[in-house]
Amino acid sequence: MPSLKDLKNRIASVKATQKITKAMKMVAAAKLRRAQEAAEAARPYSQRMSAVLSNIAQAVGSDDSAPRLMTGNGQNQTHLLVVCTAERGLCGGFNSQIARFARDHVRKLLAEGKTVKIICVGKKGFDILRREFASLIIDRVDLREVKKIGFENADQIGKKVISLFEKNEFDVCTLFYSEFKSVISQVPTALQLIPAAVPAGAEQTDAAAAIYEYEPDAGEILNDLIPRNISVQVFRALLENVAGEMGAKMSAMDNATRNAGEMINKLTLSYNRQRQAQITKELIEIISGAEAL
Amino acid sequence: MADFNFELVSPERLLLSERVSEVVLPATEGEMTVMANHAPVMTTIKPGIVSVKAVDGKVTRYVVFGGFADILPTGCTLLAESAVPVSEVDARLIEKRIDATKSELDDGSHSDEHKTRLESFLAELTQLNEIVVAA
Repeated sequence: MPSLKDLKNRIASVKATQKITKAMKMVAAAKLRRAQEAAEAARPYSQRMSAVLSNIAQAVGSDDSAPRLMTGNGQNQTHLLVVCTAERGLCGGFNSQIARFARDHVRKLLAEGKTVKIICVGKKGFDILRREFASLIIDRVDLREVKKIGFENADQIGKKVISLFEKNEFDVCTLFYSEFKSVISQVPTALQLIPAAVPAGAEQTDAAAAIYEYEPDAGEILNDLIPRNISVQVFRALLENVAGEMGAKMSAMDNATRNAGEMINKLTLSYNRQRQAQITKELIEIISGAEAL
Repeated sequence: MADFNFELVSPERLLLSERVSEVVLPATEGEMTVMANHAPVMTTIKPGIVSVKAVDGKVTRYVVFGGFADILPTGCTLLAESAVPVSEVDARLIEKRIDATKSELDDGSHSDEHKTRLESFLAELTQLNEIVVAA
């Protein structure tokens, strides 16, 4: 049975923890809003990009002039996995969810006898995957110093992937990130980057039907577009990840705050009970002392 | 004069969406002026200056670092990798890019094709730098 003083200390410390988690929740909520705004603001670009891309892809058709980034190099042996996670923990199952998803994928590929290479974006994913696949990780990208993810960060990753592809380091590239569904739900997602899956003419507006002139020719524009599109996809994934991380952190911290509240209630109850018991005990002692006289 | 809808979009956000009468684009194969009812063209953009003439005749100039433009008779969309109004451009920003490109070129592990692309990109950046510094 802890003493009164112990209980008092315990309550004070839980209260302090509660304050911290509460503050963290509010910070996450503010950051979540900003992250959502950023994701929202980035949407027009990626939408236009995919519209234009499907447009050109149709114009070029599937002849040999299509760039290798789009058609792939015809092999399926070496897989490159770009796993995007958060830089910080304390966000519930967010990081482990992505890592587990990626790990299952790696195991499946290894079982099929494929070669796997991993690029880790974010510290947490690296920490988790390192335990099992340390030898497969060829690179890691650190975004810890980055306050607000800009297109340059994504572009760097995109360029890295493309230059690896040009050196024939891999055949298929898949991007792992967490899709932001809502504050309480983030779904780990795999997206194939190379060979690029071109949106198959979903938006057949009259604009898309117009006959374009291409300057320089369509093939060359496509050559320019595909790498850009890869960077855009990475950028989108990073933004979704940030929003997801903040959402997960918010709900995790909300839970923590609530748990702390419950704990405080319980502790206060037993504190009061014990205090009362002590008072009663003292009274009994005084009364029985008086009676003895 | 007839006006049309012009949109300047960067990956981070939609920078500009308004009715304009004239836009000058630094297309890869030379500068081009887009006005209303232009034939549909799709072109890549090299680093340079885009000047946008609003309906009231006011000209705004933006520095862009590559991208591409989608031109239709009814409007023009410029997807720029990064776009900044000329008045806010920091010469250091361009220099930083020049240095980054140079160091990538020095890396020496790229294919020839990639190298040529880098070199021309570098040349365009240098030229742009001169324009901006002069302005």
